[in-house]
Amino acid sequence: MDSSAQYLMLSRREDFRDILEERRTSSDLSHALKSFTRMSSRASPPCSVSTLNKTVLESQHLHYIMQEVSKDTGEPLEAIREEAAGILEEMSQNLQLGYIRFLGFILSKVFKRLFRKINVNEEGLQRLQQAMQESPVVLMPNHRSYVDFLVLSYLLFTYDLSIPVIAAGIPLMGMQLIGEILRRSGAFFIRRSIGTDKLYWAVLSEYVKTILRKDFAPVEFYVEGLRSRTLKSLPPKLGMMHMVLEPFFKGEVYDISLVPISISYDRVVEESLLAYEILGVPKPKETTMGLLKARKVMDEDYGNMHVCFGHPLSVRDLAKGKVNRKQYNLIPRDLPMKPSESIHAFANTTAHLVLRLQQDNMVLSPWSLMATILMQNLGGINLKLLTKQTVWLKWLVLDFGALVDWPVQVADSEVMSSGLSLHHSVVRCEGDQVLLAEQKPQRGAAPEEAVFRRAVAVLMCASYRNQALHVLASPAMLSVALSLAAASSRADIYNLYAFLREMFYNEFIFIPDRTGQDFEEACSLLQKCGTVQIINQNIMVTDKGLSVTSFLTAAVEPFIDAYQVIFRYICSRSVQEFTEKQFISGIRTFTLNLILTGEVKSYDVLSSETQKNALASLVRLNALTKKKREEQTYFSPNKAAIGRTADILAGKIAPQARTYSRL
Amino acid sequence: MFVLDNASWTGPWVTDSSILHLLICSSTKEEETGTTREKHRNCTHLPQWRQEVMKWNGWGYSDSRFLFNKKGQAEFTGRRYRLGGLIFPSLKDWFESTFGANLQHKSPPTAALNSSAITPPNLNEPFLQDLKSMGIPHSLEAEDRVFRAHGHCLHEIFALREGRFGRLPDMVVWPNCHDDVVKIVELACQHNACLIPYGGGTSVSSALECPPDEMRSIVSLDTSQMNHILWIDEKNLTAHVEAGIVGQELERLLNESGFCTGHEPDSMEFSTLGGWVATRASGMKKNIYGNIEDLVVHIKMVTPRGVVEKSCQVPRMSTGPDIHHFIMGSEGTLGVVTEVTLKIRPLPEYQKYGSVVFPNFEQGVACLREVAKQRCAPASIRLMDNAQFQFGHALKPQVSSIFTSFLDGLKKFYITKFKGFDTHRLCVATLLFEGDREKVLQHEKQVYDIAAKFGGLAAGEDNGQRGYMLTFVIAYLRDLGMDYYVIGESFETSVPWDRVLDLCRNVKERITRECKERGVQFPPMSTCRVTQTYDAGACVYFYFAFNYRGLADPVHVYEQVEHAAREEILANGGSLSHHHGGMALHDEGSRWGTSAGIWAGARIRF
Repeated sequence: MDSSAQYLMLSRREDFRDILEERRTSSDLSHALKSFTRMSSRASPPCSVSTLNKTVLESQHLHYIMQEVSKDTGEPLEAIREEAAGILEEMSQNLQLGYIRFLGFILSKVFKRLFRKINVNEEGLQRLQQAMQESPVVLMPNHRSYVDFLVLSYLLFTYDLSIPVIAAGIPLMGMQLIGEILRRSGAFFIRRSIGTDKLYWAVLSEYVKTILRKDFAPVEFYVEGLRSRTLKSLPPKLGMMHMVLEPFFKGEVYDISLVPISISYDRVVEESLLAYEILGVPKPKETTMGLLKARKVMDEDYGNMHVCFGHPLSVRDLAKGKVNRKQYNLIPRDLPMKPSESIHAFANTTAHLVLRLQQDNMVLSPWSLMATILMQNLGGINLKLLTKQTVWLKWLVLDFGALVDWPVQVADSEVMSSGLSLHHSVVRCEGDQVLLAEQKPQRGAAPEEAVFRRAVAVLMCASYRNQALHVLASPAMLSVALSLAAASSRADIYNLYAFLREMFYNEFIFIPDRTGQDFEEACSLLQKCGTVQIINQNIMVTDKGLSVTSFLTAAVEPFIDAYQVIFRYICSRSVQEFTEKQFISGIRTFTLNLILTGEVKSYDVLSSETQKNALASLVRLNALTKKKREEQTYFSPNKAAIGRTADILAGKIAPQARTYSRL
Repeated sequence: MFVLDNASWTGPWVTDSSILHLLICSSTKEEETGTTREKHRNCTHLPQWRQEVMKWNGWGYSDSRFLFNKKGQAEFTGRRYRLGGLIFPSLKDWFESTFGANLQHKSPPTAALNSSAITPPNLNEPFLQDLKSMGIPHSLEAEDRVFRAHGHCLHEIFALREGRFGRLPDMVVWPNCHDDVVKIVELACQHNACLIPYGGGTSVSSALECPPDEMRSIVSLDTSQMNHILWIDEKNLTAHVEAGIVGQELERLLNESGFCTGHEPDSMEFSTLGGWVATRASGMKKNIYGNIEDLVVHIKMVTPRGVVEKSCQVPRMSTGPDIHHFIMGSEGTLGVVTEVTLKIRPLPEYQKYGSVVFPNFEQGVACLREVAKQRCAPASIRLMDNAQFQFGHALKPQVSSIFTSFLDGLKKFYITKFKGFDTHRLCVATLLFEGDREKVLQHEKQVYDIAAKFGGLAAGEDNGQRGYMLTFVIAYLRDLGMDYYVIGESFETSVPWDRVLDLCRNVKERITRECKERGVQFPPMSTCRVTQTYDAGACVYFYFAFNYRGLADPVHVYEQVEHAAREEILANGGSLSHHHGGMALHDEGSRWGTSAGIWAGARIRF
């Protein structure tokens, strides 16, 4: 069995412990001043920040690049070296235990105020400690909130584990004082759009690799690249991924452990911003940090937070049989080398695997289950019905293997009302009816304004639905395939499933090259809960399973509708090519009109994330061609192909047959 | 302090240049000095019936071995070596703590060779008749056949100790000269027999194993009687030698005339000139004298299609690819090397050992790299890692005077307390300088100055000597280990400088982890040393051994781990071999094809 499959099968039963409990009963000051011994029995004694930076600047790799850049630009080597030193200075962290203690003190106060509980799986921390003793460690959390940023350092400090250095976006550095505090807490700053700046790439990658080679500290980065505004996993960014893998490929370290970490929130601190950001409208005036500082935020209740440290993945294990390390033997190891196809595929698969494992260890709140039901009843729903359906959904997702934070020994009705009151910003109750809390437009405002306000409310609710969506995605794809398929033959259904998976590849994050296994898994999940019967290569929905498949189909319907609108829009345009910017503003007007006429019900189509994902899918399916000209990306559509795709998605025609393999 | 006073090896004129003088008793040497050439023939180290003096199921001479005596102290038996009768007080503790072994748990070999258990030879009668008519000595005795059915790979020795025999050669022939070999090869061609050339039998590349499915009669061609120096050319400084001569014998005979080859592979006590050529051997002092490919001026090889040799004995030529390079490394698959002309050098005036302690392996490698860069490597420079340093230390014989042990304590105090070296990280480089006295002293200073830049401290001559001694006794130590459930082996690689550290760390780690995964109960010994330096890289030598108690098939586990280690070497930019040879390793699928004697593997036509 290949080792990624083994990691996917590891036990997911996790016991959590609330770390705030102790903070509420003992002194934060003595916590911050506690003795901290970095537990790492391995390797040479840790080096200082200045030695680290010196090693980076003097590295052979950087030397090669500086010579190249100097040759390209005609600038003297000395000037280039200074530039590199400047970049490094801007980038580099300055981890100091004193600041960690200071921050620890502040965070104890803040966290206690914001959250009821911060739950951690201590077993995961033990595994992490073990991993740290064996090889350099890369911490790979998901990114849903600014709170993510320091919570891990805070936890590791509390549990006496090495404090990580953290890849952060440069905007964070810009903030007065905060930037410097973060830097001294281990953050290093990366520019947002590096593009083709060779020197910058070289400094960054050498910096990251040196940290790993020297085992200076664990490296923490967000493989999604950005904070996800939809609260759904984002397709991985591979730049950093390549950087952390390379020291293993080149034999500079024996192994590297990747630790997927899942951070789940009952309620996200910046929730009110999310919808604005995905709708692409100007944010309210405050900066995000300004918002955090606002008393209003501090006074709110954000429920529980769960941090789950997954099983460390050994890169050596994962690469066995997939990557031939000998390919690095014939080029001096310090020379920059374009990653080969196999390396690229490996980085991509590994990044997806990490995302998948993050998803697997997410803890679903009752609220996100409620939001999933609410999204199918946007007009409002009776509380009793909502309770009944939420409880039903709870059992379904448990069957699907999800972790759910459903309090035991508490009446379901209480769980419901607690969830509803925690999320008073999203829902309100009117008598027995549960409705979305949307702001009434001012009198005399344009009808577009009303649509917009509605969209904010729906997308906020959708974000919480998205927290649970990864559990449903694969069985939902199967349900859609079952409803679209003309016959019940396994091969036909597999074809459709595979097509849908390709279609929504970026939307729901599937691991590449696992179509066969994922299909089997989805089948057996639905079979296990009595939804489908599999007889002689035929897959049939059972009578009582109909409710499950129609629920699952409805859960992903907004995305199918959104994609259809996007296809329609692209086909309706007469231009030969367009930029992403043109597309996004065009689709917005187009959809707004459709919603106003009542023709389209899905608000997901207004989400810029969905729009971008749909574009990426069309490119993957070769229905769009992407061209780069003068720093600008242009898309030119193949309308016939898009039309065909739309027809398949509507069940009008069958997708091209593909070889069915169980792998 | 180690085995003898320093005077005998730093004299004004070195009478014995080979490093074996560290090992071999001077008494036997004196006896031999001054004997006639005729007498030499009779007292050569490898008699026709080798089993008379050598072990049939282990390394070296029958009378020489390590054992734990009744008091539980390690000692070395016999009078052949200077180690004979010495006690090694710390070896037991080292052995038990390194391997988790216990002197109570013994795994002795089967006592004697049971000839009746051996399948009778599959004879090629016409071949045998013709051979007899030519009067070439031969044997069908079981003992002779068993002795020549193996090299010294772990699996080969392990099987012998358990009394298991695979396919054996069906007979042994002892040609006396080149012409005999020509006749034997012709006969083999004529009667379709299979020939396997056999020299010193020290092969560690499975090249002597008989293919189990070989239907033809297998004839082991033992070159040991072709052991003469045919002539010495003092004007051109070359010597023409028969290929069956054993390394130490060659060196001893040349020394008598005031010359040496300087070619000293670790196996030189038993390995032969022909074997060196066939495996592309490398000598410890290659920095001065070169490896075998640098030393060879002319080779005569008998192939199924006739004799291959150049028509002149010149330093270099440029008429197509050098045929020597087909022959060197062919491991007996293309023909039998019968005579070789080698470069010789006047005996060096002066020899001096030395050693340097480094705070860690990284610094040590950096120093060796710098020495290579400045092209000032002494005759030999080797860097042992910490584990091997500890190993070497465990081989310190009992100290006779309180004063020496006091001095030892002082040295240790100086290095660990005063200089702050960590005893679990420090490592030692051993050095051997050779040449004019003046130049040696100058050279020594240059090397020590470089070492100082990398934090190295001169650590005396004894440490240096002991380091080299370890090389020669390691095979005897393996036999001791095998008496107590410990098996092990060495393997080596050639690697570019920038990958040395990574390769050493990763391979050692891989061995440790693979052992654990395969159910080895106690962490293995996994250690390395950098043994040769070149302009573009280095040779790294690994020792790997573990306690196999509780394992059903220890040799299989061993082979799996070794396979993984080699895979790791390749992934880290190293080669499969630097000097052991290993055509069999190149393609394990066709390993029989390449090692099956001269008919099976020959692809190249001359």
